[in-house]
Amino acid sequence: MVYSDRTRQLFADELTSIRGKGLFKEKRFICSAQDAEIEVEYPEGAPRRRVLNFCANNYLGLSSHPEVVAAAHQGLEERGYGMSSVRFICGTQDIHRDLENRLTEFLGTEDTILFPSCLDANAGVFEAILGAEDVIIADRLIHASLVDGIRLCSAEYDTFKHMDMKHLEKKLEAHQDKRHRLIVTDGVFSMDGDLCPLGEMVALAEKYDAMVLVDECHASGFIGKTGRGTHEHFGVLGRIDLITTTLGKALGGASGGCVSGRRELVELCRQKARPYLFSNAIAPSIVSASIKVLDIVSGSTERRDRLEWNTRYFREQIVAAGLNIREGETPIAPVMLYNAKLANDMSRDMYAEGIYVVGFFFPVVPAGAARIRVQLSASHTKEMIDQCVAAFRKVGEKYGILGLDKQGIIDKYGM
Amino acid sequence: MADMKEVIKEYIVDEYLDDDDDIELTDTTPIISSGIVDSFSMVSLKAFLEKKYGISLPDSEATPEAFDTVQSICALVQKHLAK
Ligand SMILES: Cc1ncc(COP(=O)(O)O)c(C=O)c1O
Repeated sequence: MVYSDRTRQLFADELTSIRGKGLFKEKRFICSAQDAEIEVEYPEGAPRRRVLNFCANNYLGLSSHPEVVAAAHQGLEERGYGMSSVRFICGTQDIHRDLENRLTEFLGTEDTILFPSCLDANAGVFEAILGAEDVIIADRLIHASLVDGIRLCSAEYDTFKHMDMKHLEKKLEAHQDKRHRLIVTDGVFSMDGDLCPLGEMVALAEKYDAMVLVDECHASGFIGKTGRGTHEHFGVLGRIDLITTTLGKALGGASGGCVSGRRELVELCRQKARPYLFSNAIAPSIVSASIKVLDIVSGSTERRDRLEWNTRYFREQIVAAGLNIREGETPIAPVMLYNAKLANDMSRDMYAEGIYVVGFFFPVVPAGAARIRVQLSASHTKEMIDQCVAAFRKVGEKYGILGLDKQGIIDKYGM
Repeated sequence: MADMKEVIKEYIVDEYLDDDDDIELTDTTPIISSGIVDSFSMVSLKAFLEKKYGISLPDSEATPEAFDTVQSICALVQKHLAK
């Protein structure tokens, strides 16, 4: 026993300091299946409430879809509960291969390798393919797991201003002396809902002999005419060298991620990516449910079309209600409040109105850019969206921010 | 020294600020702890200083604290120039 009182106190002090800064994350419990309407216990111990969920990554409403659940059952019956092995020892079933092939087809790439999560894919991919002679050039707002992966890799790295293709071009010019250049971006940025201008980016990559890696976690299944992703939206299907994405959001929402792209790069991940080599294989029930998800999204665009309609409707209505929204066309619709306390207070009041949304502030988003991030789903009905907008109107009225622009809100509440 | 401060300021404005940012950068404006520059993006500033002044800044010294203001960055560069 070396967990002495002094040791305990030091850790407790750190927690106290997190609380003191107002950054402590409270537990919230969902006491039902994941869906547009859920039962929530929050704060811990409070009576359960039925609320509308506007903060899940359940973009296509497939997390509790009966056909997906049935496919998971089938996988459980036919291939068992768990693999008890990493992929390359005895953790690869025929259905793992099927799922990898289906993802390759869906994403329009050459090959795919599954990882336990997309965080693992992002953590492992860079180190597996690049070395000290290479450079990674990343958008400044990429997901934390890409940042971690880049830091684990011996390649040099550099960054460019968020979605600024001129700045990227300057960096590409500056790094012409390296062996490989790899541009890294999110397809859809999770905090802002911005769509990366992939068409221009691919053109620059081709001009300056660079590869492109896109994290499609918030795009796979619904961005683009048939939901293939940001590359479909911008007409560059087949021209992306590496896509990383997750099965844990639109595509069923359970867990699992992948690296999909050029044959040699994927094969190198099979040889060298540490989360693939040293972490357990995805469970059979998840694999078979994910194959069913791909059947559903490849078979019909009904869900992504519904999501597109919901997104447009919410964005129009919320602007008409006099709130500030970060403009865009993705189902990530941040209602901008700039001030952290305001974002926090308003999200609590929204919960009291039966709408479950969460406030985000520094360090998750830049200081002075606090917001409530609303995420639309294909399973929201028009009535649910109307309820959400009505709640925003009521709460916005209470705080006197309806009709105020950015400066107006900052003048009233500060950054 | 005054000259170095101007050079570094100009680089920071160019490299990290957008045209519509109305931030006035002084010698003591915190740039990292305030979130203007995140620690991930700090790397290009380090590379710029090393190239411009012909020095090598070890990771142990190129910390977010040392890079937080133009003043502290200059102090770090001066220290290495003096070596
Ligand atoms: C952009 C992005 N990349 C990667 C991940 C990690 O995915 P996973 O949950 O599969 O680990 C997430 C979120 O979870 C994300 O938002």
